[in-house]
Amino acid sequence: MASTKAMIVPHVARHRARRDRWINTWQRYGTLMALTLLVAFNLAFTPGFRSTQAWSTNLTQVAPIVIVATGMTLVIATGGIDLSVGSLMAIAGTLAPLVFQASIWPLNQQAVGTSMAIVISVAAAGLFGWFNGWLITSRHLQPIIATLVLFIAGRGIAQALTNGGHIEINRPDFQYIAFGRPGGVPLQVILMLVVSLSAIGVMKFTTMGRYIVAIGGSRSASWLAGVPVTAATWFVYILSGSLAGIAGLIEVAIISSADPNFLGLNMELDAIAAVAVGGTPLTGGRAMVFDTLLGALFIQLIRYTLLSHGVPYAAAQIVNAALILAAVLLQRLGS
Amino acid sequence: MQQQPLLEMRDIWKTFPGVIALAGAKLQLLRGEIHAMVGENGAGKTTLIKILTGALRRDQGTIQLDGQTVHFHSPFQAQAGGIGTIYQEVNLVPRLSVAENIHLRHEPRRWRMIDRHRMNSQAAAQLEQLGVTIDVKQPLATYGIAIQRMIALARAMLLESQLLVMDEPTSSLDEREVDVLFKTMRQLKAQGRSILFVSHRLSELYAVCDRITVLRDGKNVMTESTSRLSRMDLVTAMLGQARDSVHPQSRVGRTSVKEVEGQRTSLRDPPVLEASHLCRRPRLIDASLKMKAGEVVGIAGLLGAGRTELARAVFGAEPAESGSLRLNGRLVRFRRPAEAILAQIGFCPEDRQVDGIIPMLSVRENMTLAALPQLSRWSIVSRYRQRQLVRRMIERLGIKLASPDQAIHELSGGNQQKVLLARWLCTQLRLLILDEPTRGIDVGTKDEIRGIVDEMAAEGLAVLMVSSELDDLIDHCQRIVVMCEGRSVAEFEGDQINEDSILAAMAHGSRSSGPPGD
Repeated sequence: MASTKAMIVPHVARHRARRDRWINTWQRYGTLMALTLLVAFNLAFTPGFRSTQAWSTNLTQVAPIVIVATGMTLVIATGGIDLSVGSLMAIAGTLAPLVFQASIWPLNQQAVGTSMAIVISVAAAGLFGWFNGWLITSRHLQPIIATLVLFIAGRGIAQALTNGGHIEINRPDFQYIAFGRPGGVPLQVILMLVVSLSAIGVMKFTTMGRYIVAIGGSRSASWLAGVPVTAATWFVYILSGSLAGIAGLIEVAIISSADPNFLGLNMELDAIAAVAVGGTPLTGGRAMVFDTLLGALFIQLIRYTLLSHGVPYAAAQIVNAALILAAVLLQRLGS
Repeated sequence: MQQQPLLEMRDIWKTFPGVIALAGAKLQLLRGEIHAMVGENGAGKTTLIKILTGALRRDQGTIQLDGQTVHFHSPFQAQAGGIGTIYQEVNLVPRLSVAENIHLRHEPRRWRMIDRHRMNSQAAAQLEQLGVTIDVKQPLATYGIAIQRMIALARAMLLESQLLVMDEPTSSLDEREVDVLFKTMRQLKAQGRSILFVSHRLSELYAVCDRITVLRDGKNVMTESTSRLSRMDLVTAMLGQARDSVHPQSRVGRTSVKEVEGQRTSLRDPPVLEASHLCRRPRLIDASLKMKAGEVVGIAGLLGAGRTELARAVFGAEPAESGSLRLNGRLVRFRRPAEAILAQIGFCPEDRQVDGIIPMLSVRENMTLAALPQLSRWSIVSRYRQRQLVRRMIERLGIKLASPDQAIHELSGGNQQKVLLARWLCTQLRLLILDEPTRGIDVGTKDEIRGIVDEMAAEGLAVLMVSSELDDLIDHCQRIVVMCEGRSVAEFEGDQINEDSILAAMAHGSRSSGPPGD
């Protein structure tokens, strides 16, 4: 009796180990697999999906989300969250036209104006990110409260910049961000890839990357090991703010208008959703930047698929949320 | 003649990814018995307890409680089934009051509302029985870890559990508190309740336990009544092989060699560390100590005497408000750990789980966390050098693991501690501070860690060691500073080191010329 049992049990153990390995594989490649399935489905059943047009639409629409979500991934990896990104997009997006339309100070050369507009508005968003970091590191506010301040006030600031109205833009050199196609690839898609790949590089190869996940894993242990906790926390909020600024410029350039009431609205939620679908735990300690990119693409593609198959927008929203939930639940299978 | 056992666990299996934690373990508890479970780290004690209390699910095996087969899927079910647990790490809710914690999920009701008055008075009465008189309306976090453990015990007693599981309940208690705990355990036993007791301190096992079950590698080695099992046999069973000596005997010889070395260096160099009159109220009032290179200095004292606080003050984790710190003769002031680390000081904290490891990160990342600046150029980490360093350290310290990329929380406590030691050995160190380096670690790994510390000291590192295990300090330190109520009250060196005088200093604060601390 005993001997038969002893033979069965290692078998069970092996079975378990196999199941655990399968779950591990799913956690690592799940988002990629889901995305592949979705692409395959569309290739088979969605007319026109094969056209460059469709790809370019999807990729250009998702680019700002990916850029913001990349910053969000690093923030979340430290155990924080940044709710202010949508409002910072609005600030950067309205500040830029004000600079190049010389409403703030006179400018002679157009090229100078455009580059100044880009630099100043992104820097301003980064500065607000610095403010978030200050509230969190020096004043010890919880990230959700600290960034809620600019979530509310930021949009107000943007509205004040335009006196509540919106600004029409017709400025080809600035709008190159949205319509430029070096080598046939939309510029914002290139930006998206550069941002995502750089973040992957930072997380994989630099000391800062190690510090970010260490802080998210255990703040006190990191501090006692000499990790520059304050500097790293500050870094992620400044980065998140600056990336939101870039995303704001892209959106403004696309729609040729800077409307502080709607620019970047709900972006914080889209970004958090992309991070969650990608499998980065919201408790911090891990940063899956590439999976965030895949997660954003997944959400975008679901929306596209549903709409192109004639599902009404309201229903599409519900299905979209359900699929996001399913993706996140699958991610958590093993833990 | 044979009474029916209260608990019978048979053929329990549990695997984690890559590890078989339990391979057919069994456990039997009689009514009114205090039963000890011992084994090295990684033997499967904690896993078995978690399965018993519903915190983990077993892969296979049966559990019978009172003759009934049971399947607990949550700790709450286990509680309802009559099993109370006091875990190794106190897990109560810090912000809730003491009384609320004691009654959590079992609040006394009146008109469907919580009867606060009864809740408070019951909690106070229960604690009184344990010899603890505190304000039960205060939040739990107001009290120290020893009191918190008594609160956890009060909670378990109030639930009238038939079976109490205690996972290393004494690891943060001082002697008097241990006495109270043991008295309570005997009372419970007299009432016919059973206790499953896990501890690494052999003397405790022999003081209260009726029988001992030894686990090794997830299997049972033996179950024997305490009176028939000699300490030597017990240790041999735990370690799995006869060791030529259980405790290294060479203290006298080694110490004298070190002393000669120490004196030789002291003629030329200023002390590596000289702390005078460090103060950070309320827990650290006036502490001074001196250390030479290659010296192991111990800090002894009762719980709450300010040992940890002294260590943390030196490291800048809780900087002193007054007093001075000299490193190699130069006046220094550390406001945070990073500054102390720059001055080549390392620190292994008392609470490994919270302040030491970063659970989700790999062994490799954990080990090299403090050494990253040295491993990188333009803040790009050299993966090649990182891997090499980690491989070298794993070999040198004999760390047992599946892969350096394994998450550190999967390792046993002893191996986690080795990784934390390696974290500092990776850097250039002048002074290493160890706060309870061998707490909760099995006998074999303990010896290894002591060996590593001695070896590092022989290479010229100064080691400052806080330990509540006096034998440990006596065996390993060339100098012992005794703390009492926030003050360094006595210092013993070389031949002066003996248990009686240290105990006397710990208890009475022998050189207490100043006014007693409030």
